[in-house]
Amino acid sequence: MKDLDVARIQADFPILKRQVHGKRLVYLDSASSAQKPIQVLDAMDRSYRESYANVHRGVYTIAEEMTAAYEGARAKVAALLGAASPNEIVFTKNVTEAINLVANTWARVNVREGDAIVITEMEHHANVVPWQMLAAERGVELRWIPLTDDYLLDLTDLDRLLDGAKLLSVTAASNVLGTINDISHLSAAAHAAGALVLVDAAQAVPHLPVDVAAWDADFVGFTGHKMLGPSGIGGLWARPELLEAMPPFLGGGEMIRDVTKDGFTTNDVPWKFEAGTMPIVEAIGLGAAVDYLTGLGLDAVREHEKTLTTYMVDQLTNRFGAGLTIYGPRDVEQRGGAVSFLFDNIHAHDVSQVVDESGVCVRAGHHCAKPLMRVLGVPATTRASLYVYNDEADVDALVEALATAERFFAI
Amino acid sequence: MAGLEDLYREIILDHYRAPRNRGELPVPPAHRVEGFNPLCGDEVILYLEVDDGVVTDVRTAGQGCSISQASTSMMSAAIKAKTVEEARGVIRAFTALMSIHESHLAESGLAESGLEGSGEGSVTDGSEGSSELEGARLGDLEALQGVVKFPVRIKCALLAWTTLQQGLDEAT
Ligand SMILES: Cc1ncc(COP(=O)(O)O)c(C=O)c1O
Repeated sequence: MKDLDVARIQADFPILKRQVHGKRLVYLDSASSAQKPIQVLDAMDRSYRESYANVHRGVYTIAEEMTAAYEGARAKVAALLGAASPNEIVFTKNVTEAINLVANTWARVNVREGDAIVITEMEHHANVVPWQMLAAERGVELRWIPLTDDYLLDLTDLDRLLDGAKLLSVTAASNVLGTINDISHLSAAAHAAGALVLVDAAQAVPHLPVDVAAWDADFVGFTGHKMLGPSGIGGLWARPELLEAMPPFLGGGEMIRDVTKDGFTTNDVPWKFEAGTMPIVEAIGLGAAVDYLTGLGLDAVREHEKTLTTYMVDQLTNRFGAGLTIYGPRDVEQRGGAVSFLFDNIHAHDVSQVVDESGVCVRAGHHCAKPLMRVLGVPATTRASLYVYNDEADVDALVEALATAERFFAI
Repeated sequence: MAGLEDLYREIILDHYRAPRNRGELPVPPAHRVEGFNPLCGDEVILYLEVDDGVVTDVRTAGQGCSISQASTSMMSAAIKAKTVEEARGVIRAFTALMSIHESHLAESGLAESGLEGSGEGSVTDGSEGSSELEGARLGDLEALQGVVKFPVRIKCALLAWTTLQQGLDEAT
């Protein structure tokens, strides 16, 4: 495994040349959405300029080129996730849609009144609300795996929580706490209890090697814009026998085999779930993003983020001491590069506003995880999150900007 | 480009650090009303004692960013001992202040005069403001004018006022 050459990576991201308020742009909000390398932008631009056409329909050259590129992107994603076949990948517009797809197809057939679905206190709303919608409609019980004081999942009562459950739906990595969950362990427990496992891998696929087989998951959702790809494209991996058995989600063109006045038959998997004209060029852009990440090596990405996360956590603690609380595990083996924190007496919004003045982009708010915010007992946190193009200078800029904020709001 | 000093005027920081009229009032006779900004979790709780058409006492609780909390503090000072009609006038004037577009501020020079009006370091409640909008005196509140240059923060500044509006509607 070779180390990341961060200077070279930075040169691939045009936006990093930008200035904000006369300062170098320091982008520390990749957990929200990542920036795009020139390779992704070029792949999309080339598609539009050189071969654009709808896919799966025309028999002319450029339509065939586009179809090959679109299906090629599916194969790249499949390889990245360790899927056995590209046909196990369904493209969606993001992970939110991937989870809703499962909630509206598999769950509609398999989850009935009196059944339980298990989620955790650290889920993003995308992995909460679809199940609440189902629960309200069906009389399904929603159970929550709590957190330990160390911001890990508290698995003490796992077997009881899983008893009678049809599904465990859990994030691979928290977008607020940074916590990385042991999915293989959770899968084993869920399967032993007769429940299937859905993994929200939005914060895992961009940052660490993912192998759906090693996870032994049943459904895995991911989102392209957090993994250097464009917005508007994401997807769902599922075990092929599940995809075969699931009813379609949206109805329309492409998802059908035949339509008569009396009804329709569905297309093969995965196209059965891809109704209408898909975000074709976005999928191709995602394919280029996968190439870029594979070129770096996800092992190397993970190592880089571990080193930089350690540096950031150390710098924050050394500089601000007890005046700053970090919400997340200390052990870098158990966490990713999304670091949430709060000053004792400065609101997250004020912090984010003041550091923006130094060109530093961090996120302030509830990070679409309000149940978690309630568990933490805070209305909002500030979150700085790291990715392949960040380096120690970015962390130093953050710390200096935070020191300015601290002085600004000093009592 | 709007600078931080436009947003965080000294008087605003003063109200944030030392909020006026913090606390609670027994309910009843006081009326309790709660405002919430689901986007950022800012929370304002008002206790209003309205007697014979006059806001005889007000207390505030809740938590949030400097802008929402300073705005709450300034609001409480501005409406205490005012008649309900006067208080409604201040609500209208402040809401109007928050809806003035930045470009309009620049054109009319209102930004300058307003910002000058409440002077650096002035920390007294109800200091005489220079500008009148819809006939109501805004005093310290004009320091919040700079917020319009930061559109995402306007909601923070308005939270106390929409909550007050609701409280007055309910209490009278
Ligand atoms: C853990 C997690 N799940 C789900 C999502 C939702 O992603 P998207 O908005 O792309 O569907 C996010 C992104 O904010 C996330 O961090």
